[in-house]
Amino acid sequence: MAGAPGAGGGPKDAGWGPLALPLMLPTWAVIGIFLALPVLLMAVYSFLTREFRGGVEWQFSLAAYDQFFVTRGLFGDEPPSLEWTYILIFWRSLWQAALATGLCLLIGFPTAWFIATRSPRSRTVWLFLVTIPYWVNLLIRTVSLKFLIRDNGPLNEFLMGIGLTSGPLPLVNTNLAVQLGLFYSYLPFMVLPIYAAVERYNFALSEAAADLYAGRWRILWEITLPVVRPGIVAGCLLVFIPSLGAFLAPDLLGGAKNFMIGSLIDEQFKGSQGNWPFGAAVSVILMTLVMLALLIYARAQGRGRA
Amino acid sequence: MRGVRHYPGFLALTLVCLTVLYAPLLVVTAYSFNGSTSITQWGGFSWRWYADVFTGPESARFGLAARNSLTIAVLAATAATLIATAASLAMVRGGRFRGRTASFALINLPLMVPEIVTAVASLIFFTMVGLRTGYGTILIAHITFCIPFAYLPISARLEGIEPFFEEAARDLYASRFRAFTQVLLPLMAPGVISGWLLAFIISLDDFIITNFVKGAGMETLPTAIFGSVKQGIKPNIMAISTLMLAASAAVVTLSWLINRRGQRSP
Amino acid sequence: MAAAIEIIEVVKRFGATTALESLTLSIADNEFFTLLGPSGCGKTTVLRMIAGFEPVSAGEIRLFGQNIAALPPDRRPVNTVFQHYALFPHMSVIDNVAFGLKMKGVDLAARRARAGKMLEMVHLSAFAERLPAQLSGGQQQRVALARALAPEPRVLLLDEPLSALDLKLRQAMRIELKQLQQDTGITFIFVTHDQEEALTMSDRIAVMSAGRLQQVGTARDIYETPLNRFVADFIGETNLLPVDVEAISQDASRVRLPGGGALTVPGTATPGRHTLSIRPERLVPDPAGPLKARLERVVYLGTDLHLMTRLQDGSGLVVRMQNSARSALPAAGEVLSIAIEEGAARLLAD
Repeated sequence: MAGAPGAGGGPKDAGWGPLALPLMLPTWAVIGIFLALPVLLMAVYSFLTREFRGGVEWQFSLAAYDQFFVTRGLFGDEPPSLEWTYILIFWRSLWQAALATGLCLLIGFPTAWFIATRSPRSRTVWLFLVTIPYWVNLLIRTVSLKFLIRDNGPLNEFLMGIGLTSGPLPLVNTNLAVQLGLFYSYLPFMVLPIYAAVERYNFALSEAAADLYAGRWRILWEITLPVVRPGIVAGCLLVFIPSLGAFLAPDLLGGAKNFMIGSLIDEQFKGSQGNWPFGAAVSVILMTLVMLALLIYARAQGRGRA
Repeated sequence: MRGVRHYPGFLALTLVCLTVLYAPLLVVTAYSFNGSTSITQWGGFSWRWYADVFTGPESARFGLAARNSLTIAVLAATAATLIATAASLAMVRGGRFRGRTASFALINLPLMVPEIVTAVASLIFFTMVGLRTGYGTILIAHITFCIPFAYLPISARLEGIEPFFEEAARDLYASRFRAFTQVLLPLMAPGVISGWLLAFIISLDDFIITNFVKGAGMETLPTAIFGSVKQGIKPNIMAISTLMLAASAAVVTLSWLINRRGQRSP
Repeated sequence: MAAAIEIIEVVKRFGATTALESLTLSIADNEFFTLLGPSGCGKTTVLRMIAGFEPVSAGEIRLFGQNIAALPPDRRPVNTVFQHYALFPHMSVIDNVAFGLKMKGVDLAARRARAGKMLEMVHLSAFAERLPAQLSGGQQQRVALARALAPEPRVLLLDEPLSALDLKLRQAMRIELKQLQQDTGITFIFVTHDQEEALTMSDRIAVMSAGRLQQVGTARDIYETPLNRFVADFIGETNLLPVDVEAISQDASRVRLPGGGALTVPGTATPGRHTLSIRPERLVPDPAGPLKARLERVVYLGTDLHLMTRLQDGSGLVVRMQNSARSALPAAGEVLSIAIEEGAARLLAD
C-alpha cells in the first residue's frame, strides 16, 4: 500500500499508544506482585534458617544448599563430601523427563505429520481428537491411567485374557509407569508445535529432493527434519519442562521408589516434618535448570533466524 | 510412490497415539457404570455411583469442593480475561511503548515458571505477608496463572483484526470509545470467549498450586479427589471423573465451535 | 468559490524517513481529483492526513477554509472508501450503511430510510439484511461506497477502491463512480496507481513520486505536456531522446536530434543536454522525416503495431502504427526515415 504507516515493520500503533501503559498496568500489578515478587522472595527464603514446625527464622543461612550438596556422614562428624541423594533425584528426574520427551517425540511426530497431511477439513477433526484429552483434568487423567494399568486392572486382565502374559505385569510404581504418565500428560504439547511446523512446510522441497533421487526416508532426514526443526525443538521443550517439575504422575504412578523433584519439594512443605528453606532451595535449583533450558532454546532460535 | 507426504506406519502410530490418549478415559467411563462395589469385578450396568456422588456419604464434601472449584474458576477466568484483554490491546495495538518487551516476558512468566515452583513461591509469599491461606489465596493464585492462557487466544484474535475497521468507525463519526465498543470489541469477541473458556478450564484443572495455597479445611475438586484416591480408587471417584470429563469435553467443543464461527468472519 | 481542500506546505515524516516533502495543493469543490503515483509515493499518506488518521508533521490542511489539523477523524465531515472496504463483518449491509448516521445521532427510522435510499442508489436494496461476507467483491465495493456517502460528507476520499476488482468490473465501476460524483456533487479525492483509471475519471490529476508532487493538471495536460521525465514516463508510453538545445527564441527552442536532424519545439531551456519526449503514436514513417532509424523488430499488438527501431547513436525509438492492410510493412533491417507530428515533441524540464 502506498505510503503505509509503520512501513518499518514491528507493531502498529493504531491510536492506542497513549493507553498502552495504563492498559498494561493490571498485568504488571497482578503478575508482578503475585508471581515475580514471590519467586524473588522464595530465593531469599532459601537462604534463611529453618524453623521446626514448618516456617523460618529470619537469619541468613546456607544450610539449605549445604543439605543439598554436602554430606558429613550419618552423624555429621565425617569430613564433608558431595551429597548424592538429591543430585540423584535431580538426575533421575532429568532422565525421566528426557525419556518421556523422547517417547512423546516418537509418537508425536508421526501423529503431527499424519494430521498435517490430511485435507483441511479432516485436519481440524483429527487435531480436535488429539487435543480433547489435554482439556480433561490432569489429575483425572493420571488416576484413570493408574486404574487402567494397575496389577489387577483392565489392561493386565486383557493381556492375560488373550494369553499374552501368564501373570499380571507389574506396571504401577515403575519408571515405565511414570514415563507413560508424563507422556500421557504432555503429548499434545509435542503434537501441536510440530503440527504447526509441518503444516507450513513446503512439500515442493520434498518433491525437489525426490526428483534429485533421494528416497523417502532420506528426504525426511535430510530435508524435512532440518526445516521443521524449530517446531520439534519447541515441542520437546514444552514436554520436557513441565515433566521435570511434574508432581502428579510420579506421585501417583511412581510410588516412593521413583521419587522425582516435584515430590521432593512437596514433602518439604508438609506438616511439621517440612523444611521450608530446603524446599525453597530445591525450587530455586529447579528453576535455574528450567531457565537455562529456555535460554539455550532462545539462543538456538535466535541463531536459526539470523 | 504415493507422494512425498505419505510415510508408511504414520497412520498406525497416530492410532497408537489416540489409543493411549483415550483408553484410560474410556475404561474409567465404562467402569463408572459398574454396578459392583468392587472396582475389579463387573457387576452389570448401573447408575448407582452417580447417585452416590450426589447423595452418598461423601456427597457433601465433594459438593462443597465442586462449588469452590466452579466459583473460583468463574471468578479467576473473568478477572484474568479482563486483565488479558487490556494487555492484548496494549501489546497488539499500542505500538512500541516503553517496557513492551518486559511486559511480554511478564505475561508469559506463569508459563515459564514450573508449576511446583509457582506453588512454593505463592505459599511463601502469602505466609510472609500474613494472608490467611484459603479461598482468597487460591483465587489470587488462579487469576495470576490464568492470565497468559486468556492472553493467547485474545491477542491472536486481535492480531488478525486489521486496524482499518477502527479507522472506518472513526471516519464514520464514532468516538474512540464507541469505535471500541461497537466495532473492535464485537470483532474480538470470539477470542475473548475462547480466552475465558481456556482460563476457566486451566483454573478447574489446577491441583499443585491449589494444594499449596488452599490452607487447612479448604478443598477444590482436584484436591478432594486427590485426597480420596490416596486411599485407593473408589467407584464414586470414577463417576465424578466421568462427569468432569463430560464437562471438559463440552467446554472444549463449545470453544472450538465459537472459534470456527469467528474464523469465518474475519 | 472556496476550495474544498487546501493542502498548504504539508510535510509528513515517519520517524527518520520523510514520506511527504512540503506539498501544496488546492482541490476545488465538486471536483473529481485524483492522486496518481507508484506505490510508496505518498499519495495514501495524503489521503490519511485529510481523513485524520495521520497527523501532519508540518503545514496545514483546510477544509472549506477551516483548518482541520486538530480535529480527530470523527469530527471531520469527510468520509473514506477504504482499499479493502473495511466493512464491519459483524453487521448487516444496512447496519453498515447506517453506521455513520447512528454515530451522528440520527434516529433509527431516519437513518434506516436514508441507508435504504443509499442502497437503492448502488442497486443493492435486495441485500440489505445480508452480512458483508455473503456479498461478492463488487457488491462489497458498492456497500463501502454507500456507507461513505450516507452521512453526506463534503468530501469523499477513495483509497484505491477498485484495485481488488477484476478488469471488467473495474471498467464498469469507473463509469459508475464518475456518474455518482456528478449526481451527488460531492468532491471526490481518488487515490490510484493505475493511470488509465486516473485518465478516464478525473477532472484533474496530481502525479506524485517519492513524496513529491510532480505535476497537476487535466488528463490532457499531463499526457500531452508532461513537465518532467517522471511524468512523461509514468503516464502512457513515450520515447525519451537525448537532445542538445542549440538556440532559444521567445517561446521555442531549436534542438539537435540524435543522428543530426534539427527540430524546433515549444518551450525554452538552457542550452545543452536535455531530454525530448515523443509519444510513439505521434511518430510516422515518412521519407522526409528528420530521424533515421534501423528497424529491428515489428511487435504485433492487434489494433496496433510497434516498430522497434534504433537510431544511429544507439538509442531506441518506438513507432506506433495502426494495424491496416493499406500500408506496406517495412522489413527488419531496413533504415526508415521517421517524421515527428507537429507539436508532438516535448522538451522536459530535467
